[in-house]
Amino acid sequence: MRRRTQRLWFVVGGLSVLSVAAALVLSAMSDNLVFFYSPTDLIKKAPPVGRMLRIGGLVEAGSVRRSDDGSVAFVVTDTNKTLAVSYHGLLPDLFREGQGVVAQGRLQPDGTFAAAEVLARHDENYMPPEVAKALKDQGMWHPEDGKKPGQQTAPAAMLDRPSGGGQ
Amino acid sequence: MFQLANPRRFYDLAQRLEPWVWAIAAILLSYGLYLGLIVSPPDYQQGETVRIMFVHVPAAWIAMMAYSGMAVASISSLIWRHVVADLFAKASAPVGAGFTFLALVTGSLWGRPMWGTYWVWDARLTSVLILFFLYLGYMALWSAIEDQTKAARAAAVLCLVGAINLPIIKFSVDWWNTLHQPASVARLGGPSIHPAILTPLLVMGIAYMVLYLAMVLQRTRIEILEHRLALALAADASRADRDTSTLSHRSAHSPEGAL
Amino acid sequence: MSEYLAMGGYAAFIWSAYGISVVVLSGLTIFGFRRLDRLQSALREFDSERGRS
Repeated sequence: MRRRTQRLWFVVGGLSVLSVAAALVLSAMSDNLVFFYSPTDLIKKAPPVGRMLRIGGLVEAGSVRRSDDGSVAFVVTDTNKTLAVSYHGLLPDLFREGQGVVAQGRLQPDGTFAAAEVLARHDENYMPPEVAKALKDQGMWHPEDGKKPGQQTAPAAMLDRPSGGGQ
Repeated sequence: MFQLANPRRFYDLAQRLEPWVWAIAAILLSYGLYLGLIVSPPDYQQGETVRIMFVHVPAAWIAMMAYSGMAVASISSLIWRHVVADLFAKASAPVGAGFTFLALVTGSLWGRPMWGTYWVWDARLTSVLILFFLYLGYMALWSAIEDQTKAARAAAVLCLVGAINLPIIKFSVDWWNTLHQPASVARLGGPSIHPAILTPLLVMGIAYMVLYLAMVLQRTRIEILEHRLALALAADASRADRDTSTLSHRSAHSPEGAL
Repeated sequence: MSEYLAMGGYAAFIWSAYGISVVVLSGLTIFGFRRLDRLQSALREFDSERGRS
């Protein structure tokens, strides 16, 4: 075999071994690489009460209650399961009903979540305000449901959900 | 293709192309900045901060593109032993590091007002930080090994090992829950960005690619000259050794001849 | 104009993001050209010295 071909196979072999190793390590570490748990994950994993962890999902429409002392209560949903969250402090500018949120805190014995830090998470959709308003006015899109505009505008999706709601 | 493997040919070609590439980059950048800062509307959720996307996302694209270019050069260096491939990879590292730094800093400046934090250790942010350290490690390795042939080989191996990080960066937002949102442009089903915001982003993306090309051509020329100078100095040193040895011979016979 | 510069209250973040991009990219470009110039003159000097000896 020519030296050059030999080196080619050496590089190809090395890279394949490396990729397999990386894939194995990453899949083994997957639990630690996840930044937050959804309410559904929480029920599946059932982490102990009082352990610091992060939960994430959408802020359920109409669930935000602000008190005079600066504390906030809201419900996080993944459109499947929900979790009640309480928080005392400043909220990020993007914190809105129907938008994504990630909260760090502890599960309480009563099954609610006491957040020490609340971060907003935005989705991958970008559009000018007028376009968003027009879509809403036409009844084509209900951001509060957490559905993406594309899913709502597709005719099949409209038939599946005649009420426009997914819950 | 094999003509480019000759450093002198590559240098001449790069020198001839470069003015055009810089000019196109300047035009595209001005147009992109005009679109991004003046023409484009605010976002319905993020308001004016969406403008940070026009410098953040292209920087992140180039951060990965520069590393991919280095990885391809490293493979051809290891297999075919091309000097130009080594010099191209070496030249790409500071450029890639610069764009990665910009992706991290502009992302942080976007995250603070929108997410509510400058930094989190989620899979996307962490893997891009690792990319930045890979660039730094790659440059450190080149300067740590004196023998440039050995340095090139070690650096190429390091670059290829680090290339595993590229798919991890790209798919981190799909494989694991992250605070960073999923892909908006390069995704199945087409971009999820309204044309009014997508157009400035794509113009800035192309402008950054052309700028990257200009910077890499410039730095490859620098490395070629550096290489040429090192070879010339080495040749000179060996000749000087010969000269001094004959000189000392002569000075033994006639002391005034030493100076 | 001042309303435009205020960027809806996010001026500090938006202008610093653009500012650092300009500084880093033009810095890389300018330092590159300066190094290229220095190397070219060093090589020229070297060649002419060698030509004399």
